[in-house]
Amino acid sequence: MANVIQRPTIAIVGGGVGGTVLANLLARQLDEDEARLVLIDQSGHHLYQPGWLYLPFNGQDPEHLERSERSLLRHRIDLYVSRVEQVDVETRSLRLADPTGVGPTERLHYDYLVFASGARIAPEEVPGLPEALAQGSAHQFYTQEGAERLRQALHAFHDGHIAVAIGGIPYKCPPAPLEFTFLLEAYLRKRGLRERTKLTYYSPLPRAFTIESVSELAAPLLAERGIESRIFFNVTEIDHQKRLLRSLEGEEDRYDLLVIVPPHRGALIAEQSGLADAQGWLPTDRATLEVKGQEGIFALGDVTDLPVSKSGSAAHFEAAVVAERLSAAIRMRTVNPREGCYDGRVMCFMETGYAQATRIEFDYEHPPVPPKPGWFYHLEKMLFNKAYWYLVPPARV
Amino acid sequence: MPDPITIPDARIDREVDARGSFCPGPLMELIRVVRAAPVGSVLSVLSSDPGSAKDIPAWIQKAGYEFLGAYALEGYTRFVMRKTH
Repeated sequence: MANVIQRPTIAIVGGGVGGTVLANLLARQLDEDEARLVLIDQSGHHLYQPGWLYLPFNGQDPEHLERSERSLLRHRIDLYVSRVEQVDVETRSLRLADPTGVGPTERLHYDYLVFASGARIAPEEVPGLPEALAQGSAHQFYTQEGAERLRQALHAFHDGHIAVAIGGIPYKCPPAPLEFTFLLEAYLRKRGLRERTKLTYYSPLPRAFTIESVSELAAPLLAERGIESRIFFNVTEIDHQKRLLRSLEGEEDRYDLLVIVPPHRGALIAEQSGLADAQGWLPTDRATLEVKGQEGIFALGDVTDLPVSKSGSAAHFEAAVVAERLSAAIRMRTVNPREGCYDGRVMCFMETGYAQATRIEFDYEHPPVPPKPGWFYHLEKMLFNKAYWYLVPPARV
Repeated sequence: MPDPITIPDARIDREVDARGSFCPGPLMELIRVVRAAPVGSVLSVLSSDPGSAKDIPAWIQKAGYEFLGAYALEGYTRFVMRKTH
């Protein structure tokens, strides 16, 4: 048993897509006596965040968007439902808060550390946005509660100007505001409100979407559905009393109902670790996924500063890379460069409304070539939404 | 902190490497840095996306910042600007 006692500990902070897939991959790749696997998650609940896009339109049962993290992890993985209060790189230890908030903190030693701690929304970074959200003139669908409030607001909406805008860069799931706009337009038409509603999509870019090929597909759809597209509009301020949106480029517009992507920051623990940049993103090597300058510390998913989409798909692919690197380190073998280098791969769907969607797939070297939207991709997305629990967290795909 | 990079007429305070970025894209990466930087900073972005040659100067002009130049390097371009307000 001596080697069991001395086995190295791999600590993973965060039980989202990346952390969960990584933990389960490692449990499969490494024997129990080779490494202790620890996952720390502050809620103990795994959320399927892409489902929030559909909640405002009654297109999703919220009960299907959450599972207990324990139920998704292999037995040998130790789950701590706790908040990491401090990362001490010098002593290689984490300080964990007592979940009840009254007991003593616990110190956990690690040999390898993985930040899979995700991103958080920070509405306070746009002056006036917290007030507009509290007032109910602005809404967001980046939390389950926010998406449900938005559903009520849309249900009560009868006419006026709906603005869909982006409050900060980067944000999770780049196509989401565009998808939301398409779904909203179809929803308004179904309810007979389309003719009484002015709908505007505000893009921070010189086009509807960051990727030109996707934009070429989306722009005509916006136009043919009568959705106004305002480009180069980076929201900086909201006057919630006058219901005005103001931009970095010096423009302003009035809205009746604002749906905004709030600014995002890296998880608080990344920020407090002293390893992250001013916005909480961890400087991460684009191929090895090591936190720059920190041996034995990795980052994956939304918390990295990589120039790829903040999406579950990126976290999923990155988890396999980190698993290979950690397995190689534990077994003191060389890394398989094919499996142990992230190539920037991302794959996602983009809903375009009316039960149609397209698929966006790319990596660092290859831009996406999205196919013409069709029912097939929408069906594929719907099936994926249902199959997620069986396929992704257990690392079956 | 790494040493500031010096190019012909400017000292770069903050540079973002967005090579290989299609989504969110080099311009989005630049805007992210601009939002967080103090007024007066010289900022740059590295891009391997040919579309940046049009997009990045156009946005800098629209936002009223100072475009300091585009420098072609091996397989990518460094775009430099100053946050003037």
